[in-house]
Amino acid sequence: MAMGKSLGSQVGSDLGRSRSLWSVLHLDPILLVLLLGLVGGGLFVLYSGADRNIEVVKAQGIRLAIAFVVMFVFAQLDPAVFRRWSPWLYAAGIAGLVAVLLVGVGAKGAQRWLAIPGLPRFQPSEFMKLVVPMMAAWYLSRYFLPPTFGRVMIGLVIVLLPMFLIIQQPDLGTSLLVGMAGIFVVFFAGMSWKLIVAFFGLVSVSAPMMWFFVMRDYQKQRVLTLLDPQSDPLGAGWNIIQSKTAIGSGGMDGKGWLQGTQSHLEFLPESHTDFIVAVLAEEFGFVGMMILMALYFLIILRCLYIAVTAQDSFGRLVAGALTMTFFIYVFVNVGMVSGLLPVVGVPLPLISYGGTSGVTLMAAFGVLMSIHTHRRMITA
Amino acid sequence: MAWGEFKDTAAERRLFQRRALVMLVFVILLMSGLLARMYQLQIVEHEIYTTLSDKNRVQVQSVPPPRGLVYDRNGVLMAENRPVFSLTIVPERAGSMDETLARLGGILDISEEDLDRFRKRLKEARRPFQEIPLRYDLAEDEIAKMAVHRHEFPGVEVEAELVRYYPHSELTAHALGFVGRINREELQRIDPVNYAGTNYIGKSGIERFYEDVLHGSVGYQHVETNARGRILRVLERENPVPGEDLQLHLDLRLQSKAHELLEGRRGAIVAIEPSTGGILALASVPGFDTNKFVTGISVADYRELSESIDKPLFNRALRGQYPPGSTIKPMMAVAALDSGVTTRDRQIWDPGYYQLREGGRRYRDWKRSGHGWVDLMDSVAESCDVYFYEIAVEMGVDTMHNYLSAFGFGEDATLDVAGALSGLLPSSDWKRAVRNEPWYPGDSVNMGIGQGFFLATPLQLATATALVANRGEWVEPRLLKDIRGDRSVSEFLPKGTHNPLTLKNPDDWEYVVDTMEEVMHGTRGTARRAAEGASYRMAGKTGTAQVFSLGQDEEYDAEEIRERLRDHALFVGFAPADDPQIAVAVIVENGGSGSGVAAPVARGLFDAWLEEFPAEEVARLVGKSDHNGRAR
Repeated sequence: MAMGKSLGSQVGSDLGRSRSLWSVLHLDPILLVLLLGLVGGGLFVLYSGADRNIEVVKAQGIRLAIAFVVMFVFAQLDPAVFRRWSPWLYAAGIAGLVAVLLVGVGAKGAQRWLAIPGLPRFQPSEFMKLVVPMMAAWYLSRYFLPPTFGRVMIGLVIVLLPMFLIIQQPDLGTSLLVGMAGIFVVFFAGMSWKLIVAFFGLVSVSAPMMWFFVMRDYQKQRVLTLLDPQSDPLGAGWNIIQSKTAIGSGGMDGKGWLQGTQSHLEFLPESHTDFIVAVLAEEFGFVGMMILMALYFLIILRCLYIAVTAQDSFGRLVAGALTMTFFIYVFVNVGMVSGLLPVVGVPLPLISYGGTSGVTLMAAFGVLMSIHTHRRMITA
Repeated sequence: MAWGEFKDTAAERRLFQRRALVMLVFVILLMSGLLARMYQLQIVEHEIYTTLSDKNRVQVQSVPPPRGLVYDRNGVLMAENRPVFSLTIVPERAGSMDETLARLGGILDISEEDLDRFRKRLKEARRPFQEIPLRYDLAEDEIAKMAVHRHEFPGVEVEAELVRYYPHSELTAHALGFVGRINREELQRIDPVNYAGTNYIGKSGIERFYEDVLHGSVGYQHVETNARGRILRVLERENPVPGEDLQLHLDLRLQSKAHELLEGRRGAIVAIEPSTGGILALASVPGFDTNKFVTGISVADYRELSESIDKPLFNRALRGQYPPGSTIKPMMAVAALDSGVTTRDRQIWDPGYYQLREGGRRYRDWKRSGHGWVDLMDSVAESCDVYFYEIAVEMGVDTMHNYLSAFGFGEDATLDVAGALSGLLPSSDWKRAVRNEPWYPGDSVNMGIGQGFFLATPLQLATATALVANRGEWVEPRLLKDIRGDRSVSEFLPKGTHNPLTLKNPDDWEYVVDTMEEVMHGTRGTARRAAEGASYRMAGKTGTAQVFSLGQDEEYDAEEIRERLRDHALFVGFAPADDPQIAVAVIVENGGSGSGVAAPVARGLFDAWLEEFPAEEVARLVGKSDHNGRAR
């Protein structure tokens, strides 16, 4: 109690000093600096990855500025607001996903977009990346933790329902990310290790079922190509071979900014979107990759700290799940580009060119900052 | 708190802290895994991927050498290289292929054949962004149309390559031959390195015989390319060695004259310069447009050519094997005199037929009433058959065979004429081997007047005639006159192997030439009409060859059959008789009479070569000096 008090007074005095700015703005300066560093460096890599097209960099800059505004707005809201709204947002999200399946628009055989007249087009599945963990956290944090078996099951249903709807679009990548976000909530809530082992057992049993009943041909092809890129060196294997070549030829210090031959001579596909990390690896070498990984690690570390120091269980679960989702992004993207994982359309967070995912991510950081900066001084 | 159950917040916090620690370890492990992977790719396997990256970036491209040009003896270009434009598509950039093809079809003429070939190539494995040809040989207006509509067709390009072009293809088809796309068999024969960038190879004639000389040596360049194969930078280059330019003995003016003289007929002309053996004209009529064969002839065009009853694709001059008929008589005369079978003074009674023995089969003379008492001179001049029946039987087949061999019959005596046939010079051994029959004296009778089994090509007849003109000196027929640049002809032209035909009495040559002059200028010479009014003396011999068989195709109308069953008209000769400049062999298929049809053709050639061309030359030189004079 004495320790808690002294800790509280210490935090209080810290806040007292900086209340004038950061507390008023509801921003976390450490996280903000790390994010700005990542985004700033990312724009340089993007300029190279987009083959010196300054228009691409400008467009991305504007998009990121909007994303930072979204983060700022989310940071201003009290976590209690998110908690209260969770069920309604979840219901709206499910409705949106159903609507996408019924009247959605899209390209390349997938319906992912919802076009509501008067509003910009948006992807309900993207929205669900935030809402699903909130909803799961809302449900589980109502009861004492760790949850009972029945509540874990209900929590999983909350997660699996949107996953199922998103798979129907079909969009396996987003579905898995949404599912991950929700399952991390269940994990952080204290799902028993027995259940976790059982869960992984179930996943490994259902994997072959997925292969035969859920996965589309192009998805199977991606897995096969991962296992043996040379089996189709001109088709699906091309991407993996070229990105590994880009990364490997970078060596220790890389070829230098704008000097990457793989990307600038157009051997590397998607060099400014999903495969941008190969550009970085080629031009800045292993040193560049270590710096990038260090930045991501510091962001994750800071976010986990925010989660641990959060005031209530809802905040902890949401913060922890969003942090881990961010990590999964990084891991899946870098794993895919370096040939460890199959090619799924997951961008490198905050660096790859592209709109919606950046906004969602920054919104998530806004939620984290909100959780961190709206703590009351007295720990309950 | 509005929660339904009592919450132990401190326990929940500790639980979360434990779980967060687990996750932190999880994150550190996976991130270490990623970094380990990066270490593996970037440090451990760095060399492998650097090599791969350079292999991607730097490509070795072959630079095909430009094919050597071919000129006639006066420097007129007969085979050149012309840029030909083809339309290619990069499927990755073209968007909807069906739509692109449909819209292209609206602008250009794209045949079903082109589309089929394109679709087949589309299905085959290839590198991303590699282009596929859709149409070859675009016309100028098509290139212009594509230039206008280019922005509407992403991924569609017009590409140029140098392709053989024959400006006088109808005239030179059979003398030069042509090139075509390399086929599968040729692919196995050629040096894959030297032909790395070459799409065409000599298929016939000079193009085939001098393929190695004309082709040159391939060059290389190391280029930096992007993934679409577009060259961004040339890093290093070794230039190709262009093929050698060839100059032939052929005279395009004479070649053209030959075609003019045979206009509307089927036949062949071979003209040789006796002093050099150079082939001045080598015409087979009708000719065809060889340019069609270069980039690939359409099925319909090929069918039309190959099924034509005039057989334009058939090289009559080199491959047409005809019975030489009476044109063989001067050579027979040489054989009979030198072998001692007859003398200049010997006279024979020609009653209009010849019998091997009393009451046997009568071999008719072309003149039913007979020539009466004739000596060798008369027999050549009037083309008396009975005299030659007689001496042929007396010489026997083997003597005839030996002498005629020395004239180049029964072999391809040329140095560099691709595809020339050997004809058929029969002997008793040949008949036993092929027909399993002995040589009958009757066979000798027929052979004496160039009938029976005996077959010769117009080129062989011209060669033998040139030998008479040279009085036995052998100069093998050849096409190559000179190589432009500093290479010498002897490097490439095969050596001649024939020994001169030396007679026991060399004066017999003059005598035989005299008999041939008598054909042209004598009061009873068979070709005296063809020689009327000439300012020079010429030597010659007419001939007719029976057409043995011809398929009775119902399609032919009666008129046609009659025309095509007529005898072939032949003529051999040279001029001027005492200083031969040109020796010719003429055959007009179904021409009927050698004296009436073939001899005037030869006269036309002699006049052109000995009078018209030199006169033009003089006029040109005079005109030039006049012009210079005025200019001064």
